[in-house]
Amino acid sequence: MKLNSRMLTLVLALLVIFAVPVAAASEWPNLAGETVNVIALWSGDEQRSFEAVLARFSELTGAQVVYSPTPDNMATVLGTRVEGGNPPDIAILPNPGLVKQFARRGFLVPIEEVTGDLVDKYYAPVWRELGSVDGELYGVWYKAANKSVVWYNTNIFAEVGLEVPTTWEEMIEAAEMIDFFGITPFSTGGGSSWVLTDWFENIYLRTAGPEMYDKLVEHEISWTDPSVIEAFEYLKQVLGRADWLAGGVEGTLEATHPQGIIKPFLDPPQAAMAYGADFSVSAIQTETSAVVGVDALFFPFPSIKGSPGAVVGGGDAAVMMKDTPGARALIRFLATPEAAEIWAARGGLTSPNQGVDLSVYPNEIAAASAKALQEAEWFRFDLSDLVPQEFGSTAGTGMRGGFQEFVRNPDIEAITSQLEKDAQKAY
Amino acid sequence: MSARTKGIAAAQMGRRSDRKRNRLATILFLGPAALILGLLVYSIVYTVGRSLFDAYGGFVGIANYKRVFTEPRMLVAVRNNAIWVAIVPAAVTSLGLIFAVLTERIRWSSAFRMVMFMPLVISGLAAGVTFRFMYAGDPNVGFMNAVVQKAVHIAKPPGLYPGARLSVDDFAIAVDGAFESKSPVAVGQQANFAMAAIRPALVPENATELSVPAPVADGISGVVWLDFLSGGRGTRGQPDPGKQGLPGIRVEAVKDGKVVGAAYTQNDGTYTITGLAPGEYTIRLSEASFRQPFGGYYWLGRDFIIPALIIAYIWINTGFSLMMIGAGLSAINRDLLEAARTEGANEWQVFRHITVPSLMPVVMVVFVRAIISVLKIFDLVLVIAPESVQADATVLALEMWNAAFGGMNDHGLGSALATILFLLILPVMLSNIRRFRLEQ
Repeated sequence: MKLNSRMLTLVLALLVIFAVPVAAASEWPNLAGETVNVIALWSGDEQRSFEAVLARFSELTGAQVVYSPTPDNMATVLGTRVEGGNPPDIAILPNPGLVKQFARRGFLVPIEEVTGDLVDKYYAPVWRELGSVDGELYGVWYKAANKSVVWYNTNIFAEVGLEVPTTWEEMIEAAEMIDFFGITPFSTGGGSSWVLTDWFENIYLRTAGPEMYDKLVEHEISWTDPSVIEAFEYLKQVLGRADWLAGGVEGTLEATHPQGIIKPFLDPPQAAMAYGADFSVSAIQTETSAVVGVDALFFPFPSIKGSPGAVVGGGDAAVMMKDTPGARALIRFLATPEAAEIWAARGGLTSPNQGVDLSVYPNEIAAASAKALQEAEWFRFDLSDLVPQEFGSTAGTGMRGGFQEFVRNPDIEAITSQLEKDAQKAY
Repeated sequence: MSARTKGIAAAQMGRRSDRKRNRLATILFLGPAALILGLLVYSIVYTVGRSLFDAYGGFVGIANYKRVFTEPRMLVAVRNNAIWVAIVPAAVTSLGLIFAVLTERIRWSSAFRMVMFMPLVISGLAAGVTFRFMYAGDPNVGFMNAVVQKAVHIAKPPGLYPGARLSVDDFAIAVDGAFESKSPVAVGQQANFAMAAIRPALVPENATELSVPAPVADGISGVVWLDFLSGGRGTRGQPDPGKQGLPGIRVEAVKDGKVVGAAYTQNDGTYTITGLAPGEYTIRLSEASFRQPFGGYYWLGRDFIIPALIIAYIWINTGFSLMMIGAGLSAINRDLLEAARTEGANEWQVFRHITVPSLMPVVMVVFVRAIISVLKIFDLVLVIAPESVQADATVLALEMWNAAFGGMNDHGLGSALATILFLLILPVMLSNIRRFRLEQ
């Protein structure tokens, strides 16, 4: 009996040792010899990080993954490849508008049965909605951007003796104090118009709420609606004050986002706060000597009228363009926390995946951004990416031209009626 | 068959195979050209056809063309193209001519010409980026503004406390950059100024905590201080303990518009103007102490963007006309020039009546080439003009790119714009070809 129990222990031990890898392997099919083609916008550092993620996938499945970065204009590139009969297996699309456009044109394969369970398990419902077209799931949001952050120079805040503002009123009060102290309160890289439209979107989400936000996206309410005017009144408190903007009106309109975001962190600082995004960190790190996390920090875009945690963001969704075993396995893999954690740990990725352990992020800033994204009670995608391109993302016209004009001439009636006119043409 | 007829037959055979060989050679030589021409014609025809459809491929007739000539933004593009064509070819050609004639006379002419030609070697995009930086508004970045700033600062150096302002407006007001007491101050009284918007780090190191001076019998005294305390402590406008005095500010006593007495503030911010006759004086803090440094002119703003672009273009392209015209110049018959000089013509007359007419053919080629290249101008506008002024600086080619690839994804409208551009360039091109033929 003694011997037997020892044998049993041995057998059990062997079972434990071998069973774990066997079980793990069984989650992913053996795809040795298969090739999966992936296309995305990421190049440089982002490409290296993404390739590390793909390498792990190859390790798990044996499949070979060929990644091709396309520098720009995903719509044209993919449209051409589909027409030429050579779509990639997986594409990473930079906004829900493209997901919708491609799904309706029949370019995409629905992925409900492939990875719907993981999306339900790891993602807030808003991400399922953003990845769905006409009730059918097509996209997995692998990467996200938190565009509800205000960067600030901690040294100036300390010198002025300011607390980090949590409400709009506190932020305006802080701005007044900073101005009195002798520094221009805000810097805005308005030469990149998305910075200006994002200011508005953040305010509108907070003053009007997510339902109204959705209605504005669909143009179910007009741009002259009282809710829009109210948001502009808040916006005017900052963008309407040339003396509160580093470089005044012209300096704001000349500076691109990276040029604007670094102004609080130059020596001497040209501003105290700058509206930006979590990804602004790279501009601050490369262009200034400020230490991110010490000299440069951000606070979440402040609450207005008691609004709960709200995030306006962007993101990249993986979609399946060919129904192959390799494509199925990869898109399922991209929905797992593991796939996100590999890149998150390397820095530069904020994941909307709630299964991702916040401790993997390389610094507090990245973790705070991801936390805000995970915990946001209201999350909405960047409005200018959701409206028709002609209105939302064509330089010099529609929203992009309109908001820059608002900086020159902060006349609420003029901008709202102009936006309404442009919107009517585009919808 | 006689030997003769045999010979003729052989010759005919030979001719036939010669002809065959000729035909083969023709095809070999013309083939590639025909292929390229075919592709070109195909794309022109396709573009013209595509311009009659909308973004999604639905037939819309001439609606895209109507859009070009009704949308304000497109009209701006047409207007800007007209401005470019009116100014730039003439400027580039005449500058090239002037430089070519002048460099002929200097010793290092080939070196000079090479330097002038260099910009053309750089890609338009890179040159554009360089100019964008040169024009930047911040004098720490932009070369143009750095130069202007140096000049301005020699004439008007920035003050000790640039951008400072009054903390409260109950006692004094701002007048043309200076700060004046609202009402006259009697001799023996005090005039105190609370200032804000001065970073404590910029206050001179010798500054100490403020103190309130005693009144003087034959003058006016007071204190100028920095009204800021960290965390919003203290009361604004009150000389609370802990607030710093501001040294080095010139304080003037003014009567009937004339300065009758002046003093500088001490380390604790106090000043005393003595020797004043009894009466009332306006007390003024001199503007020079608060003058802002030159902040930079926004060359890339709405008002100057088109001249800024044109200057960049001329800088890049003058070298080309210089080279072309220079080559033409070296081919001129020297005897004519010498003969004219011997006849007593002055240099201007030689230039006007001999050099220019002899150069006319090459000048025309340069001029026409400039018109064509200016009509197609695109890269400089895209790179130099910030997004916020692109609507003001736009040209047809940029609109074409915007419409087709830059967000709108409307290939119909883009094709319509491309067709219009083609039609604008066509007559210029045809006249150029005709000229070539005439010359031959």
